Amino acid sequence: MIINSRFFNRSELTGFIVLAAVLFVILPLSLDVFRLNLVAKYLTYAFVALGLVLCWGYGGILSLGQGVFFGLGGYCMAMFLKLEASSVENTKIQSTPGIPDFMDWNQITSLPLFWQPFHSLTFTILAIIFVPGLFALIIGTAMFKRRVGGTYFAIITQAVAAILTILIVGQQGYTGGINGMTDLRTLKGWDIRPDHAKIILYFVEVVLLFTCIGIAQFIRLTKLGRILVAMREQEDRVRFSGYSVANFKIFAFCMAAIFAAIGGAMFALNVGFMSPSFVGIVPSIEMVIYTAVGGRTSIFGAIWGAILVNFAKTSLSESFPQLWLFSLGALFIAVVLAFPNGLSGLWADYVQPRIDRLFARKPKSGWNGNSVADGAPAE
Amino acid sequence: MFGDYSIGDLGSIFVMQGFAGLILFSVYVLMALGLAIIFGQMGVINMAHGEFMILGAYVTWMTSNVFQAYMPSLFGGYFFLAMILAFVASGALGMLVEWVLIRHLYKRPLDTLLATWGLSLMLQQAYRSVFGAREVGVELPQWMLGSLHVTDSIEVPINGVFVMGLTVLITVSVAYVLYLSRWGRQVRAVVQNRIMAGAVGINTEKVDRYTFGLGCGIAGVAGSAFTMIGSTGPTSGQLYIVDTFLVVVFGGAASLLGTIASAFSISQTQSTLEFFMSGSMAKVLTLLAVVGILMLRPQGLFALKVRK
Amino acid sequence: MSDEANKGLLSPLRRKLLMGMAAVPVVTMLPRASFAQAPATSAVNTTGLAVTDTEVTVGILHSATGTMAISETGSIEAEKLAIEQINAAGGVLGRKIKFIQEDGASDWPTFAEKAKKLLVNDKVAAIMGCWTSASRKAVLPVVEQYNGMLYYPTFYEGLEQSKNVIYTGQEATQQILAGLNWIAKEKGAKTFFFIGSDYIWPRTSNKIARKHVENVLKGKVVGEEYYALGSTQFNSVINKIKLTKPDVIFTDVVGGSNVAFYKQLKAAGIDLAKQPLLTISVTEDEIDGIGGENIAGAYACMKYFQSLDNPNNKAFVPAFKKMWGEKTVIGDVTQAAYLGPWLWKLTVEKAGSFDVDKIAAASPGVEFKGAPEGYVRIHENHHLWSKTRVGRAKLDGQFELIYETADLVEPDPFPKGYQ
Repeated sequence: MIINSRFFNRSELTGFIVLAAVLFVILPLSLDVFRLNLVAKYLTYAFVALGLVLCWGYGGILSLGQGVFFGLGGYCMAMFLKLEASSVENTKIQSTPGIPDFMDWNQITSLPLFWQPFHSLTFTILAIIFVPGLFALIIGTAMFKRRVGGTYFAIITQAVAAILTILIVGQQGYTGGINGMTDLRTLKGWDIRPDHAKIILYFVEVVLLFTCIGIAQFIRLTKLGRILVAMREQEDRVRFSGYSVANFKIFAFCMAAIFAAIGGAMFALNVGFMSPSFVGIVPSIEMVIYTAVGGRTSIFGAIWGAILVNFAKTSLSESFPQLWLFSLGALFIAVVLAFPNGLSGLWADYVQPRIDRLFARKPKSGWNGNSVADGAPAE
Repeated sequence: MFGDYSIGDLGSIFVMQGFAGLILFSVYVLMALGLAIIFGQMGVINMAHGEFMILGAYVTWMTSNVFQAYMPSLFGGYFFLAMILAFVASGALGMLVEWVLIRHLYKRPLDTLLATWGLSLMLQQAYRSVFGAREVGVELPQWMLGSLHVTDSIEVPINGVFVMGLTVLITVSVAYVLYLSRWGRQVRAVVQNRIMAGAVGINTEKVDRYTFGLGCGIAGVAGSAFTMIGSTGPTSGQLYIVDTFLVVVFGGAASLLGTIASAFSISQTQSTLEFFMSGSMAKVLTLLAVVGILMLRPQGLFALKVRK
Repeated sequence: MSDEANKGLLSPLRRKLLMGMAAVPVVTMLPRASFAQAPATSAVNTTGLAVTDTEVTVGILHSATGTMAISETGSIEAEKLAIEQINAAGGVLGRKIKFIQEDGASDWPTFAEKAKKLLVNDKVAAIMGCWTSASRKAVLPVVEQYNGMLYYPTFYEGLEQSKNVIYTGQEATQQILAGLNWIAKEKGAKTFFFIGSDYIWPRTSNKIARKHVENVLKGKVVGEEYYALGSTQFNSVINKIKLTKPDVIFTDVVGGSNVAFYKQLKAAGIDLAKQPLLTISVTEDEIDGIGGENIAGAYACMKYFQSLDNPNNKAFVPAFKKMWGEKTVIGDVTQAAYLGPWLWKLTVEKAGSFDVDKIAAASPGVEFKGAPEGYVRIHENHHLWSKTRVGRAKLDGQFELIYETADLVEPDPFPKGYQ
């Protein structure tokens, strides 16, 4: 990846180096495979958070249906893996060998048509990107062209999440129902379950994450990113300046959907599992929360938010299950009331100035974590 | 599917089915009224609405227990007291929440969504810690059970009639309060122009607090009524939230009449579809239709003001 | 890098193993009696499980939070009671059972993750846990991959069998067939209406029930309806029931939906004293939420009722109430969860080892004579031989035993002719 002073400003460069060091070196060296696999799971949400930074933090579009795209990506991947795990030898006890077990339980005797192409990995990878992308395009076009935004958009995306969940649960012969798709084993004959595979998958995921960070950062730096910010602040003025606000919103929403879908696909690979419990309203809102906690306008902040909230969830629910919901609830309220810019805002307001002083440079006057810093060339 | 049945059977089934739709309609109106006030009038997305309802349900449960233990002779009438208590409890909690949380967020409607979601998690855990994870069964007085026998095949559930009556009563009172009382005029003045309303001497903060309290109080009464037909557990409230929001948005957020019309169309569609297909598919189709119509007509059925 | 991580993980265990081996000569010099009471750790644990000379660790994995906490609380309580009783009676192979409780939070991947944690990090000797089919399906690949032992308490849909799982609840045929036979004979029932929650267990159960009704009982299924989990509006399906006038309503509705269903059924004027209703999803736990007055008269097909009249149950119920409060009720699954630790203890003692492979091999034939439901025995397919019972719900929320099979019913997770 090209790192130069134009691509990242100085504080972002710090953020980039710290994140890269932690994900590539520190965590793999200090954690056992079990914990590392958990981190890999948290990172799948970081993809979603990254997308939300683009569409919510920059574009001002709050989607409460990111679980839909996470789920679509995850299900595409899981369908491929499930087909591979359902080879004729593996499923000979079924009345129809060679189809996924849940289909057999639901008296389906041949592979449904829409499952057929998922025998191909190429198709699957394309589907992971294009199915959620197209879906977001349809929703986005329908909504933004009619200038639906804000709370209405949030509620409608929420309804979409609800619909998809009920549909997946209801059509269990084709989707595995509420159990989801379990027991995913191999990818092109390569067993994804043992420890060494988990480590490889972890690194693949981190590399993918950094690629997505690069794309997001690129979008931010181009004119597109500035229009998004302008739109968030004063939509009408952008419209009067002759830009098609709807198209930019649709673009941001589709990018967010694709990032979420990549996260979902990595989830299916890392966890070996996909179920409707990642599609519905509750997970979708949780994904927004990760972003809010980390800082909705900061790419690195949001990623840290996803990692830290999930880490807190695992460790708190291990030791104090009763306390967990209380502290999660309190965290949301605190973030919204007191730290609207989340962790990255705290960092920019309190930590960054000190670091700056430490390096005896001219102290900056509080970085707001948004457009102010964007345009400024780094020193 | 109708081949095997006589005309009389079919007739009574259609009556019954229409009645089932009416009950569903009442349920939707009860759920949505409080939210229509809070979301429609104040622009606050209250994701904890379901939890305020469940608070009302728990209050009802506690009242029934107290009556059973100390005043068994008056048990038949406890439900009315329970509903008043539910209104007071949820309303008071609502006002507290407005004071602590919501009033800081009026300029950031999307953030109210996150904060109230946090609140709903805390309330759920609080219910779990206080009342236990299991569902509680609310015992109803004898006169509320069973059904009115109209003909051999048409029977009207008494609690359904009760819920419908309650819905009418509450809707009429809310309409009166909002559109005819002095306080209602103040509320609408604040909604239309907060600064001007303040300038002419309306205490906008107080109006906000009481409006939010009223919305939550109605949620409490709704929760109390739902003990008759549904379950009461720490997480029961979450089940209602999406439906409720859709009803409000579909009706056009700021319009009371819109809420009622949308509740009516959604409930009738769903209950008719349920008769012809499985429950989950009926639900999917109804929601899809609502979302589809909203995409074509984003302002909802009855829009007072189209967009900001 | 992975090697390094593994070293860090294994070294304390390796140390324990070495200590265990060091203890062998000492132990062999001890008098025979004490040897028999507490055999050396190295002998009973050759696979690095969390077993010391005085303790053995097992995992409890249920939802303490989330929607399923309602149902799973009873199982947690029963398992803790069983562990306490086993410890009071001297433990397993002279070792006290210590448990690590993890919260699955009603979220299936969390179950898989916690199961992995219990097996990989905590090295538990067995896991008592899971409740829903979905959580079991999520955990199953994990226990198979890391070779753990799961004791699963819930009655479930069958179509599954694993070396690493002991199913202490009934599979579908065990639960359903005898009940259907009974109601067909007793009530002369010919037409059935099925209503269930929309997921694998009700669908598979209804599939089996339908085949049995059509092929064996020569009856007719006049309706089959599914509602999303958590649905609270059943008026339409109740109208359909009224239209089709079935001889029997057969239900497998779960969770909060149950409460709504029975309340609305009653409100619609369907009198369960006159209209036979057979449920396979309502236990004493559920009645607590439904309210006895709403469901009195319904028949439930289970293997255990709190009201069972036998000496084992007479001891079990007061012990349970003493530990968890007078007001608690004990349902079918709670009792099955109670069997888990006991069956594990008996199997360990039969195998003379905590090793999972030996336990899996020794399980078939293990008998538990102290089961509150009566006598149970583990089948070769790792399910339990148990009786099927039909009870009628009473106003006070208890069941009155109406019928029980004369013999233990053989578990048949892959029933021929029912697929």
